[in-house]
Amino acid sequence: MTRTLLSRLAAAFAVVALAALLAPMYAEAQVNPTQSSVNEDAMFQALGTSGTVSGRVTIPDQASGNLIVPDNKAWAVLQGQTLHTLSIVAVVGMVVLLALFYMIRGKIRIDGGPSGRRILRFNAVERFAHWTLASTFIILALTGLNLIIGKSVILPIVGESAFGTLSAWGKVAHNFLAWPFMASLVLIFLLWVIHNVPNRLDWQWIKAGGGILKKGVHPPARKFNAGQKLIFWSVIIGGALLSWTGIMLLFPGEVATAADWQFYQVIHALVAAALSALVIAHIYIGSVGMEGAFDAMGSGEVDENWAKEHHSLWVEEVKSTQARNTAQVQTPAE
Amino acid sequence: MARMKFLCDADRCIECQACVTACKNEHEVPWGINRRRVVTINDGLPGERSVSMACMHCDDAPCAAVCPVDCFYTTADAVVLHNKDTCIGCGYCSYACPFGAPQFPRTANFGTRGKMDKCTYCSGGPEADMSHAEYVKYGSNRLAEGKLPLCAEMCSTKSLLAGDGEIIAEIYRERVVTRGYGSGAWGWRTAYGETVTV
Repeated sequence: MTRTLLSRLAAAFAVVALAALLAPMYAEAQVNPTQSSVNEDAMFQALGTSGTVSGRVTIPDQASGNLIVPDNKAWAVLQGQTLHTLSIVAVVGMVVLLALFYMIRGKIRIDGGPSGRRILRFNAVERFAHWTLASTFIILALTGLNLIIGKSVILPIVGESAFGTLSAWGKVAHNFLAWPFMASLVLIFLLWVIHNVPNRLDWQWIKAGGGILKKGVHPPARKFNAGQKLIFWSVIIGGALLSWTGIMLLFPGEVATAADWQFYQVIHALVAAALSALVIAHIYIGSVGMEGAFDAMGSGEVDENWAKEHHSLWVEEVKSTQARNTAQVQTPAE
Repeated sequence: MARMKFLCDADRCIECQACVTACKNEHEVPWGINRRRVVTINDGLPGERSVSMACMHCDDAPCAAVCPVDCFYTTADAVVLHNKDTCIGCGYCSYACPFGAPQFPRTANFGTRGKMDKCTYCSGGPEADMSHAEYVKYGSNRLAEGKLPLCAEMCSTKSLLAGDGEIIAEIYRERVVTRGYGSGAWGWRTAYGETVTV
């Protein structure tokens, strides 16, 4: 009896002693605020260089749970400096290149001179699709370019108030004209894709420099030569990229995160700058750069000599079709 | 001139949301717009901390760098403000801001972004100080009245500090030295390139 009591006492004492020994350790773990404190520096170190510090918010906008997103500053530098410079270089650079080309090569004339005979090159539907695409693209390009370089080019001239109003209308135009642009892009693709499949002729055309660089050189081509095919596929692929990224930018709610939106914006701006430069060259060669070229999209009818020089195989096709049709009409059915 | 800053001492913030409510009431901020919010990090875990965050009025503000119409300007007190008459509601600033400060009412056609709204450090906008036009667009102008931002002024634990950057940094530094710990001046490194060193 005594032994058991003693052993119980000893056991109880041992438990108390153990508790007394452990107590400071527990207390330390529970109340030491420095050890368990969230520290901004430590947090950034744990998250890496591009970490986003986020937590819980009690307002409906859950995206506001991102407390600090340092990466956004990187996009700000891209948009505010890199894309700004690149856009200016692309557009101004192309204009300078074309001006130099014009000074050296001059206007590309019809070597045989105009014949006076006209051939229908683009029908009304083709011209409608082209001009819808062209007019919307020009407005989209100018209003888009305005968003990137307007503040350093137009703002100093017209002042902040007028520039704000102009840009607000530009934004509306950009958002709404994107839709006819996309519709005519689809139409252009359906109308012309059959003529733009690359083939062996294109390689010869490229090797001959397209006849652009030297006078009197005219490599054979069908309805579209390799240069025009390049424009076609650039517009189709570039336009599709612009349309896709543009829709993503237009409906930010459908874009998963802000980082995705930034990615789409950079792609949109880069493709737009490249395509704008290419289209400036396209406008050049279709207007002041080449005699007789504008008629193809103006009246739709080109001079026969122009057609023979630039699209020799296409002229033969048109002529043989015409001859066949006339023969069919003239020969009575048996 | 003073270089105005906010500093949230997260070791004091009790997530009471009074700064959020005070801001909304002072400036009559519409539904869906939060110029200030409280974010709780490690919610429910050891080391949980709450940080009250609004526009930090950065040096070299990224919002100003990306704004296509250049509607941002920095006041003599180093407060970053914007002109709502010039703003076109493109949203670029909200993607450039590391602190989620720019807010957009869904007032334009098809519920798209209206003109941007954000913390003004209680100092209005480009309109005449304390005018009705200024109040309608930007809220009250407490700085013009000689007062500091209301969110910090009414903070019950004095967690949120507003005022000259050097002075509030010194107050925070003293606190950290006295109590022996501090979770840092949240956002300062990102906004100003350097944080408060103790």
